Amino acid sequence: MKFIDEYRDGEAARKLTDAIHRITTGNWTLMEVCGGQTHAIVKFGIDELLPDGVELVHGPGCPVCVTPLELIDKAIAIAARPEVIFCSFGDMLRVPGSEKDLFMVKAAGGDVRIVYSPLDAVRIARENPDREVVFFAVGFETTAPANAMAVWQAKQLGITNFSILVSHVLVPPAIEAILSSPQNRVQAFLAAGHVCTIMGYTEYEPLAKKYKVPIVVTGFEPVDILQGVYMCVKQLEEGRCEVENQYARSVRKEGNVPARTRIEEVFRIVPRKWRGVGEIAESGLGLTDEYAEYDAEQKFNVAEYTAEEPEECIAGLVLQGIKKPAECPAFATKCTPEHPFGATMVSNEGACAAYYRYRRDSIGEGRSASAGGKSYE
Amino acid sequence: MCLAVPGRIETIEGVDPLLKMGKVNFGGIRKNVSLSYVPEAVIGDYVMVHVGVAISVVDEEEANRVFHYLKEMDELQELGDTLQ
Ligand code: SF4
Repeated sequence: MKFIDEYRDGEAARKLTDAIHRITTGNWTLMEVCGGQTHAIVKFGIDELLPDGVELVHGPGCPVCVTPLELIDKAIAIAARPEVIFCSFGDMLRVPGSEKDLFMVKAAGGDVRIVYSPLDAVRIARENPDREVVFFAVGFETTAPANAMAVWQAKQLGITNFSILVSHVLVPPAIEAILSSPQNRVQAFLAAGHVCTIMGYTEYEPLAKKYKVPIVVTGFEPVDILQGVYMCVKQLEEGRCEVENQYARSVRKEGNVPARTRIEEVFRIVPRKWRGVGEIAESGLGLTDEYAEYDAEQKFNVAEYTAEEPEECIAGLVLQGIKKPAECPAFATKCTPEHPFGATMVSNEGACAAYYRYRRDSIGEGRSASAGGKSYE
Repeated sequence: MCLAVPGRIETIEGVDPLLKMGKVNFGGIRKNVSLSYVPEAVIGDYVMVHVGVAISVVDEEEANRVFHYLKEMDELQELGDTLQ
């Protein structure tokens, strides 16, 4: 497919890999923020092509993984109601709540449906005026325009049997939380290309300055990621800390203005709890007062739920780049994609699931994550 | 979750810019996509689509930049090799 295949070209990837080897003299730790990038890195073995001095650690950028336990419990409580049609992206269904997951609700007779887009949920609400349709609105800035549009359309069309259960998270506050932690060892970031497609990248400039870290807005294909790494390493080697844009074919400095305008109309910034990390100030989106009637937490009275996370799972440390999945004692033993303890094992984009899928065999003795020598084509 | 896939716009429907939809072709698979957030898009443009919503028009010139850059790097390298 155009704009995909050429960015998987082995020759281009090799040239970029050589260039990274040529310029690297120091030891650098880079974090890719987005789970989609983590998936590509592990799948294509990009980390194994890099010089010893360049380490990639995986960031918190999987919205499925960071959705807090109590929100899953709220979803389960709402989905179990007989009048409700509960619509969600497929990967939320297996995320374990305190006691069960949404699949179990479905198996027990709950009307839980997988949809491709929140706009499909609005259509379902229109077609089923005697039912309550709830959409599980998770995601980063990338997904916020679609969810904002769903609520906005419902209001325009006078649909009252539609609401969303919101667990929206924002990337810049998470980056700031990582950088301000005393345990931090990340020296540069690959920022998530599609998040910046919506929001632009001016928000990252004060972060790059304050914490003296290069931030390179990066795409999702192997050539994109390698070029993003190259640009980060080049800045680190030259002692620069700027915001640069590798993914200019999709990202404009100001982002997508019509999408941002709609987000600002429907959502406001709220504190949000991240699974495994805890509450981060101003790190999420919630509905504005004007759209409060579309808030499923209010409609179904579940706002007060709380839940404790299982102790054994170190997903919180994995999400912050402090530990790698293989360092978790439960990895691939007690915790597998069939029986996940933490959300990072559930979602395809979660670091634990990516390692399980592509690296399990090489994580043998010493449980080291690198297999080495893997080629591209 | 943040996956967005490039596809080519084949038709545009709806006069109201806020409810603008279109058919987008993803390597042979066609889907109805909201085009409300890309008012500048025309038929034939490639758009990045995330959960049924187009979020940007792909800039072809920028898309080729990395390959131009790699070519330049090659030429420099060759020049370096000949000079040595
Ligand atoms: S392997 Fe399982 S238990 Fe360990 S951190 Fe990952 S999700 Fe949690």
